[in-house]
Amino acid sequence: MYRTTDILTNTPNTSLGEAGYMVINVGPQHPATHGVLHLVITLSGETIINVEPHLGYIHRSIEKMCESLTYRQFIYTTSRMDYLSSHINNHCCALSVEKGLQIEIPDRAKYIRIILDELTRLASHQLWWGAMAMDIGAITPFFYAFREREMINDIMEETCGARLTMNYMVPGGVMYDLHPNFQKKVKEFIAFFKSKINEYDEILTGNIIFQNRMKGVGIISKEDAISYGCTGPTARGSGVSCDVRKLYPYEIYSSIEFDEIINNGCDSFARYEVRMQEMKQSLKIIEQLIDNIPEGDFQAKTKTVLKLPKGEFYTRVETARGEFGVYIVSEGGTTPYRIKFRSPGLSNLSALNHMAKGNKIGDLVAIMGSIDLVIPDIDR
Amino acid sequence: MTNEELKLFLSEKFPSLIIEEGNEWLTYYTEANEWKLLANELCSNISLQFNFLFCLTCIDWKTHLTMVYHLTSTTFKHTVVIKSKLNKENLEIETVCNIWRTAEFHEREVYDLFGVKFLNHPDLRRLLLTDDWKGHPLLKDYEDPINMIKL
Repeated sequence: MYRTTDILTNTPNTSLGEAGYMVINVGPQHPATHGVLHLVITLSGETIINVEPHLGYIHRSIEKMCESLTYRQFIYTTSRMDYLSSHINNHCCALSVEKGLQIEIPDRAKYIRIILDELTRLASHQLWWGAMAMDIGAITPFFYAFREREMINDIMEETCGARLTMNYMVPGGVMYDLHPNFQKKVKEFIAFFKSKINEYDEILTGNIIFQNRMKGVGIISKEDAISYGCTGPTARGSGVSCDVRKLYPYEIYSSIEFDEIINNGCDSFARYEVRMQEMKQSLKIIEQLIDNIPEGDFQAKTKTVLKLPKGEFYTRVETARGEFGVYIVSEGGTTPYRIKFRSPGLSNLSALNHMAKGNKIGDLVAIMGSIDLVIPDIDR
Repeated sequence: MTNEELKLFLSEKFPSLIIEEGNEWLTYYTEANEWKLLANELCSNISLQFNFLFCLTCIDWKTHLTMVYHLTSTTFKHTVVIKSKLNKENLEIETVCNIWRTAEFHEREVYDLFGVKFLNHPDLRRLLLTDDWKGHPLLKDYEDPINMIKL
């Protein structure tokens, strides 16, 4: 999938081009890109002049596919986009259909949804933490992170029947009721993770080598972060207040006590800190809800065939990576006329060139790690 | 600003805007050739400050295409949606990637999947598909029996 134009214009005949620049490819098969991301990097010595992402290796045209899927079916394709936040993606789609049909969902379903959302966020941040540490040379954190993530995956497996692509949220509530063990297992997990989360800081955060790799690299100012459309921890690490859970609260987030984590550091370390603090906030949210899940239905009664009224519906939620939006244009039929997924990954990736310019090639992987890219989310 | 204030402000400043009722957010139609001027004003006007373009997309209505820009202000928290109709014969609109940097990738995506040309875009190439791909998949009349994407 090398484009002919790139080879002709970007790759010089000798190893050093006219201005002494060297062009190298990172990916699409590279362990640090976490998927099939292809970066064409222009270097002057060791300094990065330009980073150009080449996308589309895992493009499946989900938006086109959704045009021929019904409002019950299209939700399942979104699990395959940001596979680390599949619950939250499903949640957003379910919310948008409920918004169009004005379905009021039972309280029990709301609680279940939020608890699972936050568990997903924890699992996603844990994987990010382990993988990012591994990218810059520390192997042990990966095993620490996966020890805890395994417990969440077990809970997910018991509740939804799947460990990665859950497909548990449906329009009107959730697909089945909770497993009887759910509360017990979640409480066990919280107790265990609380005793371990300080280890995360001890092994990595305070490490001088780690801090030297992270501090002062990948700088993006607040104005640039907004202009590039960054959301999630990437933007909050630059002091942008953009947590959808706080700004546009959905379901029961308005009644839950938690803080929006904002760090004004603007560098990779600030983004790291934001995610570490977010994990603690997620624990806090789950703790508030787990004992108070109300009894009752887990799903509202809905028609078998769903037809959204004519119009446009935009819904957004906060995934582990940022603002995920679903924009549905309906003509009144059983399938969406046009659907657009606003994925946080694509906007965050577009800022990569800006962040990496002027840094050394060795820092590129640390910067990419701090943005937390998931490629299927970018390519859709 | 509240929706009412915003409505008053915009109708005074841009009398040529046509409002579309019945949506969640204030929605306006603009002419494609006036878009650049409007975009500049929306972003830089001190009492508007629409600095965050959170969704840029296009819709194929078979007779014409509609560009849709969702804008919000991180300072004032107000939101506006700007739409622009494009003729099928003349799929051209000015780029806004020097105003909102995020538009660069999203306009490339729209160019790739819809074939809309963004004038003065610094690097208008296909984003997701290969350079030699024929056609634009998200158009309603797109047919490709080999690479089936309709289910």
